[in-house]
Amino acid sequence: MTELAGSAADRVGLAILLPFLGFLVNGAVAFLRPQAKRLVSVVGVGSVAAAFAVAVAVFLAVLGARPPAPYVHTLWTWIATGDLQVDLALQVDQLSVVMLLVVTGVSSLIHVFSIGYMRDDPGYARYFAYLNLFVAFMVVLVLGASFPVMFIGWEGVGLCSYLLIGFWFEEREKADAGLKAFLVNRIGDFGFLVAMFLIFSHTGTLEFRDVFARAPHALAGGTATAIALFLFMGCVGKSAQIPLYVWLPDAMAGPTPVSALIHAATMVTAGVYLVARCNVLFAMSPTACAVVAGVGALTALFAATIGLKQWDIKKVLAYSTVSQLGYMFVGVGVGAYAAGVFHLVTHAFFKALLFLGAGSVIHVLHRAYHHTHRHADAQDMRNMGGLAAYLPWTSRVMWVATLAIAGIPPLAGFFSKDEILGAAFARGAASPFYYLVWAFGLAAAFLTAFYMARLMLYTFHGPNRTGDLERPHLAEAPWVMTWPLVVLAGLTVLGGALNLPHVGTLHRWLEPVTEASAPYLPTLAPATGVEITLMVLAAAIGVGGIWLATRVLKPAALLTPERAPAETGFAKLLLEKYRVDELYRAVIVRPLVWLARVVLWKGVDAGVIDTAGVNGSAAVARGLGWIGSRLQTGQVGTYVVLFVVGAAAVLAALLRFGKP
Amino acid sequence: MLLGPSLLVSAILFSLGVVGVLLRRNAIVIFMCIELMLNAVNLTFVALSQRLGLDGQVFVFFVMTVAAAEAAVGLAIVIAVYRHRDTVNLQNINLLRG
Repeated sequence: MTELAGSAADRVGLAILLPFLGFLVNGAVAFLRPQAKRLVSVVGVGSVAAAFAVAVAVFLAVLGARPPAPYVHTLWTWIATGDLQVDLALQVDQLSVVMLLVVTGVSSLIHVFSIGYMRDDPGYARYFAYLNLFVAFMVVLVLGASFPVMFIGWEGVGLCSYLLIGFWFEEREKADAGLKAFLVNRIGDFGFLVAMFLIFSHTGTLEFRDVFARAPHALAGGTATAIALFLFMGCVGKSAQIPLYVWLPDAMAGPTPVSALIHAATMVTAGVYLVARCNVLFAMSPTACAVVAGVGALTALFAATIGLKQWDIKKVLAYSTVSQLGYMFVGVGVGAYAAGVFHLVTHAFFKALLFLGAGSVIHVLHRAYHHTHRHADAQDMRNMGGLAAYLPWTSRVMWVATLAIAGIPPLAGFFSKDEILGAAFARGAASPFYYLVWAFGLAAAFLTAFYMARLMLYTFHGPNRTGDLERPHLAEAPWVMTWPLVVLAGLTVLGGALNLPHVGTLHRWLEPVTEASAPYLPTLAPATGVEITLMVLAAAIGVGGIWLATRVLKPAALLTPERAPAETGFAKLLLEKYRVDELYRAVIVRPLVWLARVVLWKGVDAGVIDTAGVNGSAAVARGLGWIGSRLQTGQVGTYVVLFVVGAAAVLAALLRFGKP
Repeated sequence: MLLGPSLLVSAILFSLGVVGVLLRRNAIVIFMCIELMLNAVNLTFVALSQRLGLDGQVFVFFVMTVAAAEAAVGLAIVIAVYRHRDTVNLQNINLLRG
């Protein structure tokens, strides 16, 4: 611990400062010289790449020191009032360093990709300003050494998410999507806040170190469950789990690199990070563990089924993200925190890759339609097909990512997903509920393989449906967009090596962070035979899903959206996403709007406050004034009479009561 | 000097003034009644000064000074009112009614 003092860990704040300065510069450029794109690119990418360099330096320092306890670098005292003392402090430990590397590393690649993707957008400088700000807040989130500091980042990334979803706010539905994300996240943030209040009132501190040290004896069973569940409520909002997942598919309204960075690789995994960070609090409550794993498993399966029937390429990936986040919660729910974080990392690689690949496809299609001035949906897979011939690199790297997410060995997704499922199965021996979780996860894995193969087949194979006029304009995206894809593909291939079975590099790396929760959890080591069976089963499921997709789906028979027949039955229900949005609208939104409009506005505001309060007090004053004005007759005689009567009364009073 | 009769005359004069102010409508007459009240008070001052020292007599001069100033201002107002409304009957002058 002492070894980290004086090392690069002391300058970890630069990882926040640099992107923030990038935000300030790019924000100023956006106002003053929006056309200075070269400057914006250099500042935008440079600041994040520099933050990545800082992250690497800090990682090397941690690697050398192997601190047994977190190293907290205090910048200054933020809040000091009564018993509450919160420092603006950054925490460097094994978990935060992993997150820091992933966040800054993936961000750098996506920033590079954005140079190509957003090149012709008039809001180029504004885009990079927001993206830099997001990185700054995300680093605050992962480095914060206390709940309030983490909450700054938590809210900050929510803000950037809102700004970037609604980046093209001239279109009403995109602005609305941003608003929806922001509002749905408020529900989760409410849970986070309540959890913070509970933690402070029971342990008297909000610093991670102190909370986790005091939690075992300061929190009774019920309190620990309540805290964990309220924290999880925050995670459900931020990480798009049932029932608050509805904002994430709509968030695809933002630019595609934003979807890759914020809504796949980093921000939405903040909930998983929070559970892993607070592993003691969750492990202390078996109920909370079961809820986390149960919600995760349910979400994984539920979202995967919706993904089966979407036509928008980004919507498929969005539901896939929701589903994969469910996996991560299964991992951290069953107590396999390293497995959850492992899947977070590998998912960041292959999902960022998938989104950027989709972005590349959309970019190319959009460009083609732009040439011919045709207004067709550049995101609808029915307008794609056969793109492998035109975008060979994109096709190849996306196949890598698809095989990874489907859990085909030896790609990264196989190891991380297998470890989660294995842990769930192992926990099932102690409480059979987790067998159900495992079964859900396995079913979702099959569906994942299927819908990803469907996406690939419809997008890259079969005949091209883009249009005869547009076809000559189809060509691979510029180099600046493809090389980040290749780097991510490399990470997707090699990422599994981070945590191979029985080697468990990441597992052992994270042990200083997760060991506090170990006494509360059953050991999760299935017999070797069972483990191998599970692995084979998981791989077979993945292969089976892809095989079934290639057998069942006929890309050649697909029709463009204008000519496609309407879906019927269950397929229609899936296409309409189980009508959950409509359900929420009917059950929550409309009653709330009714409450606001009829009761609060027409009733309380217009009725009580305006009529009784504002106009009522005015009426009382006017009435009193009217009574007073009756005395003002304008007749001097009346005044004199009153004056004489008053004087006589005063005189009489003096004579009667006055002292002699 | 006879204190009792002096005070009695003073009281009668004051009461006449009060009744005049209360009952009459003409501004000039009311004004004269006010002067009557002031002079009734002056009489009281003078009558009592024989018992209580010269302060009362000194005060009379103040009252007379104020009354003179009041007469000048009051009559000027009455003339101004008459010029505007062709009357000095106070029943017809009620612009300040609420």
